[in-house]
Amino acid sequence: MTWLASIRIALRALRVNKLRSTLTMLGIIIGVAAVITMIAVGAGAQARVEEQIKGLGTNLIILFPGSVTAGGVRMGAGSRSSLTEDDAYAIQREIPRVQAAAPTLRGTGQVVAGSNNWSTVFYGVTPEYFEARNWAVATGKMFDAADLTGSGKVALLGETVARSLFGDADPIGQVIRIRKVPFTVIGTLEPKGQNLMGQDQDDVVLMPISTARNRVLGGTQAKQRSVGSVSIKVRDGEDMKEVEDQMRSLLRQRHRIQAGQEDDFSLRNLSEVLAAREESSRIMTLLLAAIASVSLLVGGIGIMNIMLVSVTERTREIGLRMAVGARARDILSQFLVEAVTLALIGGLLGIMLGLGGSFAIAQLADWRVELRPDAVLLAVSFAAAIGVFFGFYPARKASRLLPIEALRYE
Amino acid sequence: MSDPLIVTRDIVKEYRMESYSVTALRGMSLEIGSGEFVAVMGPSGSGKSTFMNLLGCLDSPTSGHYSLAGDKVSELSGDELAAIRNRRIGFVFQNFNLLPRTSAVENVELPLLYSHVPKNDRRPRALGRLAEVGLAERAHHHPQQLSGGQQQRVAIARALVNNPVLILADEPTGALDTRTSYELMGLLQQLNRGGMTVVLVTHERDVAAFASRVIGFRDGHVVDDQRVARPADAGEMLREFDKVAA
Repeated sequence: MTWLASIRIALRALRVNKLRSTLTMLGIIIGVAAVITMIAVGAGAQARVEEQIKGLGTNLIILFPGSVTAGGVRMGAGSRSSLTEDDAYAIQREIPRVQAAAPTLRGTGQVVAGSNNWSTVFYGVTPEYFEARNWAVATGKMFDAADLTGSGKVALLGETVARSLFGDADPIGQVIRIRKVPFTVIGTLEPKGQNLMGQDQDDVVLMPISTARNRVLGGTQAKQRSVGSVSIKVRDGEDMKEVEDQMRSLLRQRHRIQAGQEDDFSLRNLSEVLAAREESSRIMTLLLAAIASVSLLVGGIGIMNIMLVSVTERTREIGLRMAVGARARDILSQFLVEAVTLALIGGLLGIMLGLGGSFAIAQLADWRVELRPDAVLLAVSFAAAIGVFFGFYPARKASRLLPIEALRYE
Repeated sequence: MSDPLIVTRDIVKEYRMESYSVTALRGMSLEIGSGEFVAVMGPSGSGKSTFMNLLGCLDSPTSGHYSLAGDKVSELSGDELAAIRNRRIGFVFQNFNLLPRTSAVENVELPLLYSHVPKNDRRPRALGRLAEVGLAERAHHHPQQLSGGQQQRVAIARALVNNPVLILADEPTGALDTRTSYELMGLLQQLNRGGMTVVLVTHERDVAAFASRVIGFRDGHVVDDQRVARPADAGEMLREFDKVAA
């Protein structure tokens, strides 16, 4: 007997008892829908984390100066001014695996524009900063080489600063004052949103590093060309660990640190924190899927239950089929196909319900959901496997009936 | 008579229960030739149904030999028995045993399904057999929509569809009224005249009267085996019955 014929027989048998077939399928429908929805929700959360990582620069290493120890009190990372702009250029020059090394000076201050003012953070940066941080200019333009060498009084505003000072008006061409120094706004930055710690990354003003050093911060830092941090972007596909090791030995050499002495700088790799976070959201997805799978399992037991009832009810039919020439394996495949058909139809309906459910969650709860084809495939093959697994026992029971006893069954 | 179609030698069938066993057949040796119309008679418990099941390859003997058309059935596996039931034997049961909610023609097709006859050949063959039993225009009715006599004729069409060498009928008229019984027996006689071997189990003497050989069973033994020179003609009986009724 062909599979097509078996499927036709199975469909007929399922049609005969529509309500029962539907209720049995319901278990599988709910199970598959739950698996798909849960994986969609989990994958959505995971995708969000991944996006955050990308926003920060996946291959980002941040270099800070080491700590100052004064009378036994250690002042913490960045308190020393051991890191210079030249260190950044050396890293860029000598380590080919580094795509961009951007020296950064950080300062805070009140920004004034007309009658408005706003307290914010400003960074003195080089053009590499935009590359290292995956940041782009939204409107206006970047500062150019002349601004960089001539300490040009130009600034780029983060979205929050621009809105706070100028509302909906176009800030480009306007003059702002930072620590009493007038700047011309030449552009605004793409909004970046919050970072993982919940800080607003758009609450920022960027200016050329030379401007920050010479015109705003002033003081001793100017003489030493020291910087607050260096943002380093590693080329795609390179091993972060190796780049870190190369950087460490380069800097130890440049800073003339003897073997056995502590580094006078520290390296932070954000992707480690984020990888841990991504891992935890992945585990969450698995957990959700596992819980949803339990309902699929319960649905499978429902199929087994109904198939056992069906085999008992149709004992005479089985006997007759055997009498007219059905072999044990024909009976086995008939009931197996019936169980799998039940599971597969349930699976397909479950996919639809799952897609609908995911969509509804995305709309109503405003969660991000991500439908993954592999999850859909997984759920359906799981449903089919359940059909085979839970259908096998009743089908074998049917196929082992003796024709004469099955025919006589009342 | 050429080689007998059915040969049984010293067939014993024992049913083992938990604490005792019942011997239904105690050394049954019989030969039935091709083209015979045999009625097996006997009271209940005589072993006639057991014998029928063994002939139909639905059950296997405890000991003894059985061969059907040269095949040593008592030595075959389950799948081979299924193939014999499929191709060599047509069954007619007392309670018809048609699949419910399945049209007459689909019921008739059932044996063809298990002998891998291509889909396009199945339908014409099944319809042809239904026409032979006079049910061509009822081909798409379900069993619930047919009378008992019509259902039994569907069952006969199903028994014939795979061109068997033997029709086994187990109390085929048990659920039918007198007139329908005559009709049905007429159909079996007609098949027999066409060369079909028919073995019939019944406990009614007037049903057995249509056969050309009557074998009597009692307590698992053959007690009587008679050839009937001039069996009753079911077609004639039917005409007379209608005359009396009118």
